[in-house]
Amino acid sequence: MGHSIKVTVNGVTHEATVEPRMLLVQFLREVLLLTGTHIGCDTSQCGACTVLVDGVATKSCTMFAVQADGKEITTIEGLAANGDLHPLQKAFWEEHGLQCGFCTPGVIMSSYDFLKRNPNPTEEEIRHALEGNYCRCTGYQNIVKAVKKAAQSMS
Amino acid sequence: MANYIGSSLKRKEDRRFITGKGTYTDDIVLPNMTYAYIVRSPHAHARIKAIHTDKALAHPGVVAVFTGKDLQDDGVNPLPTGWQITDSMIEPPHPVVAVDRVRYVGDPVAVVVAESRAAAKDAAELVEVDYEVLPAVVDATKAIEDGAPLVHDEAPNNLSFTWELGDKAATDEALSKAAHITRLEIINQRLIPNAMEPRSAIGDYHPARDELTLYTSSQNPHLIRLLMCAFVLGIPEHKVRVISPDVGGGFGSKIFHYPEEVIVSWSSRKLGRPVKWTAERSESFLTDAHGRDHYTVAEMGMDEDGTILALRVNTIANLGAYLSTFAGGIPTWLYGTLLAGQYKYPHIYVQTKGVFTHTTPVDAYRGAGRPEATFVLERLMDTAARELGMDPAEFRRKNFIPADAFPYETPVVLTYDSGNYEGSLEKAMQLIDYKKWREEQAKARNQGRLIGIGISCYIEACGIAPSKVAGAIGVRAGLYEGASIRVHPTGQVTVYTGAHSHGQGHETTFAQIVADGLGISPDNVEVVHGDTAQIPFGMGTYGSRSLAVGGSAIWRAVEKIREKAKKIAAHKLEASEDDIVFEDGKWVVKGTDRALTLGEIALTAYVPHDYPEGLEPGLEENSFYDPSNFTFPFGTHISVVEIDPETGKVQILRYVAVDDVGNVINPMIVEGQVHGGLAQGIGQALWEGAVYDENGQLLTGSMMDYAIPKADDLPHFEVDRTVTPCPHNPLGVKGAGETGTIASTACIANAVVDAVSHLGIKDIPMPLTPERVWRAIHGK
Repeated sequence: MGHSIKVTVNGVTHEATVEPRMLLVQFLREVLLLTGTHIGCDTSQCGACTVLVDGVATKSCTMFAVQADGKEITTIEGLAANGDLHPLQKAFWEEHGLQCGFCTPGVIMSSYDFLKRNPNPTEEEIRHALEGNYCRCTGYQNIVKAVKKAAQSMS
Repeated sequence: MANYIGSSLKRKEDRRFITGKGTYTDDIVLPNMTYAYIVRSPHAHARIKAIHTDKALAHPGVVAVFTGKDLQDDGVNPLPTGWQITDSMIEPPHPVVAVDRVRYVGDPVAVVVAESRAAAKDAAELVEVDYEVLPAVVDATKAIEDGAPLVHDEAPNNLSFTWELGDKAATDEALSKAAHITRLEIINQRLIPNAMEPRSAIGDYHPARDELTLYTSSQNPHLIRLLMCAFVLGIPEHKVRVISPDVGGGFGSKIFHYPEEVIVSWSSRKLGRPVKWTAERSESFLTDAHGRDHYTVAEMGMDEDGTILALRVNTIANLGAYLSTFAGGIPTWLYGTLLAGQYKYPHIYVQTKGVFTHTTPVDAYRGAGRPEATFVLERLMDTAARELGMDPAEFRRKNFIPADAFPYETPVVLTYDSGNYEGSLEKAMQLIDYKKWREEQAKARNQGRLIGIGISCYIEACGIAPSKVAGAIGVRAGLYEGASIRVHPTGQVTVYTGAHSHGQGHETTFAQIVADGLGISPDNVEVVHGDTAQIPFGMGTYGSRSLAVGGSAIWRAVEKIREKAKKIAAHKLEASEDDIVFEDGKWVVKGTDRALTLGEIALTAYVPHDYPEGLEPGLEENSFYDPSNFTFPFGTHISVVEIDPETGKVQILRYVAVDDVGNVINPMIVEGQVHGGLAQGIGQALWEGAVYDENGQLLTGSMMDYAIPKADDLPHFEVDRTVTPCPHNPLGVKGAGETGTIASTACIANAVVDAVSHLGIKDIPMPLTPERVWRAIHGK
């Protein structure tokens, strides 16, 4: 039943045997114990499980672990380089872009990919880009501010 | 000395969340852990004829399969409800796992425990339940009709209680003499909370120590422990530790004692292994207590010049299939008492019927009764102003309780502590430029465009509550809060609070209070919450009570520390106690530069070589604070919307919120609370709503079907404040968690109706989706 996979997560290569039905998010959380990536829904709406797969923001509940074979994954735990917070992480902190923190890793990973594609976005573009990430706490206002601030500090 | 109170300090808790290092319940993995999957009823109402578990038991990896009968035979009692509304309230048993009948889609019928989630879920498919499907009723107005299917045999007409408040005769008489009566029929639709973290629980029983640890995504771990130990499992409280670690949002839905907490605890005791359960989102939709669901007829009478004479409100509240923990109190005491709003009502009478239906239990959801009351009132105010030909702002102003009338006693038993309603209305009107928008609206109408302006003036009663009052109104609990402050020998401080943070930022706000109170940096204050083994006792967080009640308890403990520190300082500085003052964060001999810091005093307290005679060593104090009244935040929200006549889509052009939450400890956090509250209130106005079909199937059972507001649905909010301190708690604070939700639903609904009122439209039922608005405009 098991399939062997080799996946690089946050720069570390892992080899594992997984059931074909195991989702990437389950692999990250339950096998690698990287619990910063969260599961908020079962219909790929909420975006709490967003990670980067070969640099592209991906809802890790929409992908099987076996599909990640040979890929490079970045999760929220891998975003801070050598302990220095990424500008997005700093901006979320400074602008109060989070409350309960549950959606936050997914929102940050989506924003990371978005800012790569659009380094100087308008408020409207940010709101549109984050349509796939639900937040029930913040009303999004400070998330939008944080993404804008991160864009400015990265440019 | 820095003044931390009032400053927008960055949150201390955020580092772990932004780096993915938070610890939510499902993140916890214990050695030898098993996983529970719950088999749930697919029918809204059915008799369980038989349950066959043998195939499931034989499935690889399955450890055990339990049914409701197993729990019942083992002495597990039904879940209690915590609020008795009337002496005659009918309170049918709520089995943890259904035994012979299921009463809503999602009712637990069996539990499969296995070595992995996958095995448990696979085996759950093999549990065969023979149901005899029975007729169901989902609409409370139909459930009270004769002949409706009964949810509980002991509740005729599905009625749990009929509750009333106010002087009926005087209200009826005043209305009979009124020059004008405005009447509205209002459906406040059912909402599904959808905290982003699905509920999760782990039971971890240690047989040799006979100790149980329950990890649960709860807003009030102590209450869960009390209810589960004393009422459901009958096990000793001191042998049970409940930990609510990081919790991913609650909004009320995580207040209640849920079946799954008992299931994992009981199963773990049976199996001697940890048992974890985590809801899938579809389970959250079916089993997290829902909110709202009122049908109301409201009538307000006025004299010729628009002075309000009386208000009569009749509400039918859908309670769902069972009485959830605080279910009865929400559509009664937290609703009817708020019906005076900001206005001078000589007479009010309110009656609420609490009704069982074959739907998910209904309980507190952000605002809990107060948004429903505000919606009734503020829709009435706008409608009445329109019918009287008055400007809605002017009509409100005319009927406001004046700023010099506080404390003010309403006809529905509350005594408002302080307020300045004219002040917040004025400020909001200026901020949005009300006059200009009225002109714009007139111009737009001439061009066939639909612009509407909505006002909502609200009052909230929060900081619940004086325990004496709680007892008098049937709450089966006290509503004080506990706090403990431990000053360590080096002068750093740990604060233990009975309030629980699930996004509110207590670790920061409470640290700011203690930092100012003891003259230290917030970096040297650690706030601990959510663990019954560490915290003396706590009533948890809901009803915007954390700061007003929990913060006050912390402040009382600070005062006790300061008292003891003063004795130590007097001894060390060789001064009289009366000459020691706390100034600039130090204990100073009045008029001198001789002073001691907390660190110096703490060291003395723990190394008491040279120490006051008769004084106990150590520096640690407990406090339990029981408030003397509710607190009453208030404010005015004004919105401007434009409706596309072709599609019915509502666009919010401006949203101004002026709130008065008393003194503010951390403005950044308060604004964040308001933003989030607005999103949920606007969500109800425009998009959200639970829909059941007539058989009791939840049609909006996933995030694909239930419209949670997204980033590009919402506007940029303009948030401001007035400050009217609370006069009866030491910090002068009122509470900020729910104001946004309470005000905004009515604010948006008023704006939408205002945009189309010239077309002869008096009301459109929520949610105001493009389809509904389009149908209203086009009369289809």
